[in-house]
Amino acid sequence: MRLIYEQSIPGRRGVKLPASDVPASAPLPENLLRKEPAALAEVSELDLVRHFTNLSRRNFSVDTNFYPLGSCTMKYNAKVLENAASLFAPFHPMTALLPDGEGFCQGTLGMLYDLGQMLADITGMDEVTTQPLAGAHGEMTGILLISAYHRAKGNKKKYVVVPDSSHGTNPASAAIAGYEIITVPSAPYGDMDLELFKKAMTDEVAAVMMTCPNTVGLFNPHIKEIADIAHSHDALMYYDGANLNAIMGKVKPGDVGFDVIHVNLHKTFGTPHGGGGPGSGPVGVKKALIPFLPQPRIVMDDGGQFRLETANPGSIGRTAGFFGNFGVMVKAYAYIIMLGREGLIQASEQAVLNANYIKERLKPYYELPYDTTCMHECVFSASRQLAHGVHAIDIAKYLIDRGYHPPTVYFPLIVKEAIMIEPTETESKATLDAFVEVMIEAAKAAESDPQALHDAPLTMPIGRLDETKAAREQNVCCLG
Amino acid sequence: MAPFLPCTHKAGRRKTCPYTENPLEITYMNDSHYCPNTPAEIREMLATIGASSVEDLFAPIPAELRAKTFNLPAGMSEFETFARMQSIAAENSNGMVNFIGGGFYDHVIPAAVDHLSGRAEFYTAYTPYQPECSQGTLQALFEYQTAICRLTGLDVSNASLYDGATACAEAAMMALRVTGRTRIVVDGCVSPFSRQVLKTYLFNLNVEVVEIAPLDGLLNRAELAGVLDDSVAAVLVQNPNFFGSVEEFSPLAEQVHAVGALLVASVYPISLGLLKSPGEMGVDIAVGDGQSLGNPLSFGGPSFGFIAARKAYIRNMPGRIIGETVDKQGRRGYVLTLQAREQHIKRHKATSNICSNQGLCALRGLIFLSAVGREGLVEMARLNRDKAEYAKSRLAGIPGVKVLQSSPTFNEFTIFLPKPAAAVVAGLLKEGVAAGVPLGEYYEDSANAMVVTVTEKRTRKEIDQLVKVLEVALCA
Repeated sequence: MRLIYEQSIPGRRGVKLPASDVPASAPLPENLLRKEPAALAEVSELDLVRHFTNLSRRNFSVDTNFYPLGSCTMKYNAKVLENAASLFAPFHPMTALLPDGEGFCQGTLGMLYDLGQMLADITGMDEVTTQPLAGAHGEMTGILLISAYHRAKGNKKKYVVVPDSSHGTNPASAAIAGYEIITVPSAPYGDMDLELFKKAMTDEVAAVMMTCPNTVGLFNPHIKEIADIAHSHDALMYYDGANLNAIMGKVKPGDVGFDVIHVNLHKTFGTPHGGGGPGSGPVGVKKALIPFLPQPRIVMDDGGQFRLETANPGSIGRTAGFFGNFGVMVKAYAYIIMLGREGLIQASEQAVLNANYIKERLKPYYELPYDTTCMHECVFSASRQLAHGVHAIDIAKYLIDRGYHPPTVYFPLIVKEAIMIEPTETESKATLDAFVEVMIEAAKAAESDPQALHDAPLTMPIGRLDETKAAREQNVCCLG
Repeated sequence: MAPFLPCTHKAGRRKTCPYTENPLEITYMNDSHYCPNTPAEIREMLATIGASSVEDLFAPIPAELRAKTFNLPAGMSEFETFARMQSIAAENSNGMVNFIGGGFYDHVIPAAVDHLSGRAEFYTAYTPYQPECSQGTLQALFEYQTAICRLTGLDVSNASLYDGATACAEAAMMALRVTGRTRIVVDGCVSPFSRQVLKTYLFNLNVEVVEIAPLDGLLNRAELAGVLDDSVAAVLVQNPNFFGSVEEFSPLAEQVHAVGALLVASVYPISLGLLKSPGEMGVDIAVGDGQSLGNPLSFGGPSFGFIAARKAYIRNMPGRIIGETVDKQGRRGYVLTLQAREQHIKRHKATSNICSNQGLCALRGLIFLSAVGREGLVEMARLNRDKAEYAKSRLAGIPGVKVLQSSPTFNEFTIFLPKPAAAVVAGLLKEGVAAGVPLGEYYEDSANAMVVTVTEKRTRKEIDQLVKVLEVALCA
C-alpha cells in the first residue's frame, strides 16, 4: 500500500479548523521560526479514512482472529470498556494538582484509589501505586522501591537474581535500576534450579524477580521456600504479574512471600493491547515499602475525601508525568467490577482449562518438554519437526495462512524452537478444536511437504520479509 | 477447597458495589458471555485432559498457599457497569474552562481520529512480531516515525515511548550510553514533572544531575556555561519551557557540542507548526509528549512520548523501531528492526527495558497530523499563539498584573498577580475556570506567579470571561 505521504497533493486538507476570533499577533522574530512547514501529509478526510481503514485490514487482531500469543494474554476486550473510558476524556490532570483542585476530581482520584484497593486484594499486597505506565515500567518502579528500601536500612546490595526463563524485561529493568544480574538456570523439570538458586543467594542480593506461574506455564511448588531463603538474606521477592491471569482468587502472590508485584492491566484485566500499547503496570507492595511509593500518592482522608499526598521524603519520586495511563485503568476498573469476584475466578479457571486442553490435544504431535499440568499457557518445542528441517517460525507462518495469529515462538529461551500457546479464557472449545486441527496439519505437513511450510505465508499482502536488509539500511522514515 | 471467608474490609467508597458474603461457588452457567464454554463442553475437555474437575488443574499449587479470602464485589451486567462508571465520572466537575497546561493541552481532536484508531484491527492487536499479518500496524508506525522526523527535523524516530516525562529520562540515559559520561545538566525551566521523573530514573545509577536555576523564566546561560565540561553527557532543555518562554538554542548547541556533550530538547509538537525545529537548532535528541496530537486529556493518560535523534545514535535508541524492507518478490513491507538493542534479545544489556509502548496513541498522533496536514499545523500553531497573545494583552491590562516575559512566548505565558496565585486560582476553580498553574509549588519566590495556557479551543468570549473573573478576584 502507498504511504500516506505518497498520496499527498499540495494544498489538500483533512480537517477545517475554527476561524480566529482574535486579532492576528505580531510575527515572531525570524530566528525563532522554522524555515519550512513540516512535510506532513496533505489529504482529504476521505483519503485519510480510506487509507487507515485499509491499513487496519492488513492486521490480525483479537476481534478478527484467534491470537494465542503466549505471555501476552490476548483475551477478548469487552466493548463496554471503550465506552467507559470515553466518559473520562475531558478531565485535565493538572486540575487535581491545583490548589484545592482534588475536590474537583473526586471521581477520578477515587477510582484510582479503589482500583488500587481491588488490585491489592487480588494480589495480597498492602498498597498499590497506579503510576507505572506498562509492565516493564512497573518492574523498574518496583526495583527502585526495593533499592530505596535497602538504602533506608543501610543494606549494601549489588545483585538481582532472575531465572533464565524470565521475561527479558526483568533483567533489563533491574539493570536500568542500577543492579547487576545473576541468572539462575532452570532445572530439568522447568522451574528454577533450587540448588543453584541457593548457591546464588548471598547478602549482596537485593531482590529475586520471578513470575509464577513461570514462562513455561508452571506453578513453582517451592515458591514459599524460595521466598524464605531470599528473606533470610534480606532480599525482597519481586513478582512479575504478566501471568496473573492463571491464578486470580486461587493464590495471592503476597501470601506466598512476594513483597512487590506489578500487574499488567492490558493482559489480565481485559484492556486492549493497542497494537503494542498503551498498557498499564500498577505496582503493589507490602507495608515495609509503602514509605517509598511514587508521588503523588492518592490517599483517602478521615472524611472519605481523596487527596494527593506529595510531602513524603522517602518516596522514590515521580515515575510518570501524571497519574499513570488513566484511560487504561478506567477499562481495568470497569472489567473488574463487571466480572466481580466469581467472574475473575472463573476467568482464571477457564484460562487454565483451555491451556491444558490444547496441551493434551497437541501432545501426540509436538514435543512437550514439561509434561505436567500447566497453568494458563503451554510451551511446546518444534524439535520433532526440526528433524525434517522445519522450524518453529515455519509453523508460525503456516498458521498465518490458515487465519491464526501464531503463538509466541522462540520464547522462553530455555526451550529450543519454543512454541508458546496461551489461548485465554475467552475462547470457546470450538475455536480451540479448529486451531488444534490446523496445528496437527502443520505437524503432518512438516513430514510430508516441508517446503510448503518454508514458503508460507502465501495468502498475505506480502511474504516473509528481508530483516537483514531492514537492519542494514536502517530506513526508518520516508525520505521522499 | 477451603470456602472463602466473608469480606472483612471496606475498600474506598464503592457504596453501590455490595460485597458477596457467601462462600464462593462457581457455576459456569451464569456467566458464559466472556467464558463461552458450557458445562457439557467443560466436561468433554476435562475428559480429554483426564482431570475430574477444573479444580484438579490447580493441584500444582500447594494447598497451604491457596488464597484464603477474595474480597471483591459481585459482578454485574455491562449496563450496570456503564451506569456505575457514569456516576464516577459525574463526581468530577465537568465543563471546567481550561487555561491550564503544564504538559497536557486541551486541543481539538478531529472525529476521524476516534473512528480510525477505534478500528478493532488496530486496537485489539499487539506488538507486530509477525510482520506478514501486522502490516497495518507496522506501516502506520513507519508513517508515524516519518511524521516525527519531519516535525522535529531529525533523522530517526522510534515507534513511541510512554510519555513526555519518561521520554526525557530515556533521552538522558541514551546520552549517557552514547558519551560514556556521568553527568546530566538540566535547565530548571524544564517541566518540574519531567525533572522529577529524570531524577527517579537516575537515582540508583552513578549519575550526577545538575540543575540550573531559571533566570526570569529563561535558561541561565552564564551559569550553564560554568558547569559545561567534558564530564557532561547531555544538557536537557525545553522549548517552549515551563514558563511559556520560547528560546533559540542554536548557540547553546554549539557550546554543548564543543565539550562533546549532546543537546536534548523537549518540545511541544503543536508549537512546531511555527517554531524552529530541534534539527534546525542543532539539537541531537528531541523528545516530547504526544498528547496534544489527537489524544484526549483523559486525566493524564494514555498519551505517548516521542523521541527522535540524529542517525548516528540509532543503535542507542530505546524501544521499538520500524524499518522498511522487501519480501522475496521485491514487495515493500515493514518490520520491527534493530531488535538486537531490545530487552527480549539483549536482556540486561538492552538499551532500555521498554516492551509495551503507546502504539495506539502514536497512531492517533499520526492520524491527527495527517488530518491537520502540512498547512493545518501551521494554522493551528498560529491560532494558539494569536489567542494567547490576545489573552496576554488583556490580562496585562488588569491593574497590578504583570507579564513575566518581555521575550516571545507561544501559547503559554507567566503572569505575576498582586497577591498569592494559589488562593486566586483555588477561588476561580469554584467558578468553573481553571485560570492557570500557580508556580509557587514548583519554584522559590514565585508565590504570586502563574502560567496561563490558551489553546485554539478557547474562544474570545472565554478569554474575556477569564479577564473579568480574575479582575474581580484581585479586587476582593
